[in-house]
Amino acid sequence: MKNIDSKSHVTGKSIYLDDIPTMQGCLFAVVLGSPVAHGTIQSIDYSKALSMPGIVRILTHQDIPGENQIGGIFPDEELLAAEEVHFQGQPIAVILAKEEHLAFEARKEIILKIKEHPIVVDAREAQAKDHLIMPPRTFRKGKLSSAWEECAHIIEGRAQSNGQEHLYLETQGAYAMPLENGNIKIASSTQGPTAVQRMAAKVLNIGMHHLEVDVRRLGGGFGGKEDQATPWAIMAALGVQITQQPVKLVLNRIDDMRMTGKRHPYDSDFKIGLSKDLKIIAYEATFYQNAGAAADLSPAILGRSLFHATNSYDIPNVQVTAYSCKTNLPPNTAFRGFGGPQGMFVIESAIAKAAKALKISTYQIQQANLLQTGDVFPYGQKAEDVLLAQMWTELEQEYKLRAIEKQIQHFNKKNQHFKKGFSVMPITFGISFTKTPMNQARALVHIYSDGSIGVSTGAVEMGQGVNTKMLQIAADTFSIQRSKIKLESTNTTRVANTSPSAASATADLNGKALLQACHALLDRLLQNAAQHFNANPKDVFIKNEVVYLQDQATDLTWAKLVDQAFLDRVCLTENGHYATPIIHYDMKTEQGTPFAYHVYGLALTEVTIDCIRGTYEIDSVKIIHDFGKTMNPTIDYGQIEGGLVQGIGWMTMEEIRYNEQGRLLSNTLSTYKIPDIYSVPKEIKIIATKTEGHELAILKSKAVGEPPLMYGIGAYFAIDNAIKAFNPKANFQADAPYTTEKVLMNLYKR
Amino acid sequence: MIEFRLNNKKISTSKPSGSLLLDFIRQEERLMGTKIGCREGDCGACTVLIGELKDGQMKYQQVPSCLTPIGNLSGKQVVTIEGLNMEKLSPVQHHFVEESGTQCGFCTPGFVVGLTQHCLSEQPANYDKAIASISGNICRCTGYKSIERATKKVNDALSEKDTNKTIEWLVDHDFIPAYFNDVPKELKILASQVKTKRVGLFVGGGTDLYVQRHESLVKQNLDFSVNYPALRFIKIADSQCKIGGGSTVTDLLESKPFTSLFPQLVKHLKLVSSAMIRNVSTLAGNFVNASPIGDMTAFFLALDAKITLTEEAKSRTIYLKDFYKGYKDLDKTAGEIITEVIFNIPFGKFNFEKVSKRTHLDIASVNSAVSFELIDNIFTKVHLSAGGIGPIPTYLHNTCKYLNGKALSAKTIMSANEVMQAEISPISDVRGSVEYKRLLLRQLFFGHFIELFPEMITLDKLVSTY
Repeated sequence: MKNIDSKSHVTGKSIYLDDIPTMQGCLFAVVLGSPVAHGTIQSIDYSKALSMPGIVRILTHQDIPGENQIGGIFPDEELLAAEEVHFQGQPIAVILAKEEHLAFEARKEIILKIKEHPIVVDAREAQAKDHLIMPPRTFRKGKLSSAWEECAHIIEGRAQSNGQEHLYLETQGAYAMPLENGNIKIASSTQGPTAVQRMAAKVLNIGMHHLEVDVRRLGGGFGGKEDQATPWAIMAALGVQITQQPVKLVLNRIDDMRMTGKRHPYDSDFKIGLSKDLKIIAYEATFYQNAGAAADLSPAILGRSLFHATNSYDIPNVQVTAYSCKTNLPPNTAFRGFGGPQGMFVIESAIAKAAKALKISTYQIQQANLLQTGDVFPYGQKAEDVLLAQMWTELEQEYKLRAIEKQIQHFNKKNQHFKKGFSVMPITFGISFTKTPMNQARALVHIYSDGSIGVSTGAVEMGQGVNTKMLQIAADTFSIQRSKIKLESTNTTRVANTSPSAASATADLNGKALLQACHALLDRLLQNAAQHFNANPKDVFIKNEVVYLQDQATDLTWAKLVDQAFLDRVCLTENGHYATPIIHYDMKTEQGTPFAYHVYGLALTEVTIDCIRGTYEIDSVKIIHDFGKTMNPTIDYGQIEGGLVQGIGWMTMEEIRYNEQGRLLSNTLSTYKIPDIYSVPKEIKIIATKTEGHELAILKSKAVGEPPLMYGIGAYFAIDNAIKAFNPKANFQADAPYTTEKVLMNLYKR
Repeated sequence: MIEFRLNNKKISTSKPSGSLLLDFIRQEERLMGTKIGCREGDCGACTVLIGELKDGQMKYQQVPSCLTPIGNLSGKQVVTIEGLNMEKLSPVQHHFVEESGTQCGFCTPGFVVGLTQHCLSEQPANYDKAIASISGNICRCTGYKSIERATKKVNDALSEKDTNKTIEWLVDHDFIPAYFNDVPKELKILASQVKTKRVGLFVGGGTDLYVQRHESLVKQNLDFSVNYPALRFIKIADSQCKIGGGSTVTDLLESKPFTSLFPQLVKHLKLVSSAMIRNVSTLAGNFVNASPIGDMTAFFLALDAKITLTEEAKSRTIYLKDFYKGYKDLDKTAGEIITEVIFNIPFGKFNFEKVSKRTHLDIASVNSAVSFELIDNIFTKVHLSAGGIGPIPTYLHNTCKYLNGKALSAKTIMSANEVMQAEISPISDVRGSVEYKRLLLRQLFFGHFIELFPEMITLDKLVSTY
């Protein structure tokens, strides 16, 4: 089934935040950000700006009736800076004007006096100075101290991965409208409507029930709108509270890029020990996460880096410590993979470096240590239904891993200007929010008396196709035409206390809640039909909108049944609630079962580099993926392709650059490059490995949002592999992204 | 008053000619299918088509509406996604749906409009050209493979296209609404009303100017070189090639006489921005912008081109290499405009090289071009340029001088590199470190000769000499 929005997308009729018709009297908001990365505000002169035409009001921290606080995990982030600023672009004031360009002009006339303080932009430096978001966390397994003695080879090194700009095509934005009695409706481009509602209520000093947050769809999120859509929505709502006029705030691209956080850069040390037969006996790593100036979601992201520190390998002795380091950069935040990719990059670097030292193919070490069913992760969860061995066989049989290795060696012998390289990237990704209480969802289903249906869930549609999956669930459960069902916007007055659409778990959680609601309604309808038939409800079912009694079609259609049930005063509305069973986690012992299940996969990446110019192309990525039993191959394959390419972008061309003053240099699309149509792999092949799926996955169809991003890590090691073929003196370097600059410098490293 | 057609509707507006089409479409006309992504021509979310009558035929090009001033539109037709919608989905729309070439959907209208340009082209269907038509469109969700599949289906559906009657054929096959048939007639009515008179700052395509000075330009009345047909020509005569300053990069690509001079032109110019930007950006604009890494500037410096600067009745012709006095400092008065670019033919061998973080639609880290003649294996008339290695687009005088009279060999090239390294002064910035830019220019310099003499000059010879 195609994405239910695709027709309105291709005709330009889909409505995004900025397309909502504005009401009369609407004001436009522009945010004043700090020009320095750390300092004390001494004075701000708004007088000239306020005197300019069309300027209605400038909001500052003094206008906030409630708490000036938006920190979700720790209360360490002000909505509008009061006395101190901690990063360039940190919001200080909000200019409200009758036209947007007038607000931009007024912004230039605000005179700021800020006493500058020294800044830290480097994570290791922050850690050394004890600038930490929270105490470090350590995951342990086995006995590391004695394990080193058993190792035949010990390799140490450093791995760095840079941040990544989300670059959702639709920038951040919100549009707030006054309702009666101090109530406010906020349309927000957010992955977390409840987060917006909860935080706005605090800042505005009103109950959550006064705020209605509505989300139709997002023009891309990727984690960037999980927590960081919130401030803009609150600013708009605050503007409404104060002016009683509608307020629209849509960031332009440059403001969006400089004011919002990104994927966390990680700088890490690793030490890996192997036996003679390539078994990894010991692994030690320290992660320095660059959190930026406030916690945001960094603590949770740090956790996932630890959960995925050993990726797809069974290692008996492990110790991994992670520091969340506070720096004077915009607070970094969720991004597809949520710290998992950063953790995996380190162990893959360690393995690649070890392979280079031992003069063997990296995949030999990978293969020798693949996780198996029954193995225990460092966090105490037992690995279930592990498919990696089966996938490895497929990699050799379907994709001819060894033949490809030979072909590449042959090519490299014959060619001088071009060299090829390859890599294998296994993934094991845990599904569930690692904070157990977040693993709950609700769905509200109305069957209208004409038989049509409205479905509301807590899921936010941002291109991942979750609404399509929801529609499928409802239509298939009732066995009615899909056109009879409408997916409503995500709205806090219909579905309350939602978790953000994140952690790849949206379809699982909301789908299961929806399934419950639909089953409850179906049971009532079948009961009603049975009463009229004077039959046992077990003998009644619906197929293609016809009610069957003991496998015989009756005259009763879906529409008639609904009408009849309504007249019989049967409740045609149901609220489903789902909470993931089995999961639990104890942060004190760092042990538990945090994940409902894991998703497994392998990717084989081949690249060609141009050794004259240092440029490269990704020839192919061949994937074997664990979809479970996919409920929608079209959507799920799209997630694999899109996630993979996003991961490749992170590993290759996407380079975030700040200068020493903490100013973002890569602040536009001309200086920050994401993959275009010419730079994607020439070929992407995807094989769905044979599996029964998992009970905790919606209809046994496993979560698919984040895992494929990590296949992109393979591009980094394939490029490194090709460089080695040209220049044996090339450094092994784990310093992503592998930009054309780094490639050329390493090709000619002497 | 600026008059143009927007989809199937006549527009008369008194907005400043420098104000932007994107804002006009969304704010004045409330057509919300055209999206705001970056406002600098780097994402394609705001792509629209501009159609104009050329020799009685409608010619459509895709442009970024965020960089298109409405003053550029007089007498033309603008097509937005709404202007392509019919009762049923067009084949472009249909295949995007069928192949799931849309996820979040925000970039989708831009892709649909861009690919429709390929349909409207009077050229026969060609998959590479179809992809090129959307090469300036960025999608963050799909990874493009589904978009490639949709493009292939669309291109296949065009295989029977009657290129003599493109528009009629497309209307008959439900690619575009029927009103397209009447557009030439409507534009002829408008054309009789188009008047041009000098009113303000003279602007080429504005593709960089609007990124740099957006806020002030949108309020002004400006003058646009595209409105002066006299500035848009490509002529070859008397051992010279003459190009009007208002010619776009696409004009070069579509000129038979020009392409005949450069067998690798498509390959070279594919490295220069996207189809969408090439449609709008002019040679004169690129030269006057004086970016140290202007691709077309490097290209023409290596042809030892001259430019004619004109102010009212006065004209003078200087070498392009003498045009640049310092960073953004030009030998040009405020009133002068570049009316003509001239270079001598034949110019012997030519090559253009460029490397950036992303191969396509990106600003170069370093670029370089060269032309020379080789007589009995001896270099003569060498012209070598490079960008990204100093404050101005650089003509490498010393290296040219060194090469002239030398025999072509790996050794000569190695030694010339030493000379070249001494005459450049790159700085570290977001496009690369000093060390990188030096190494990269060396490699691109090598690349010129490896490309032109693959049998004789090989990488191992050059590198082993090093």
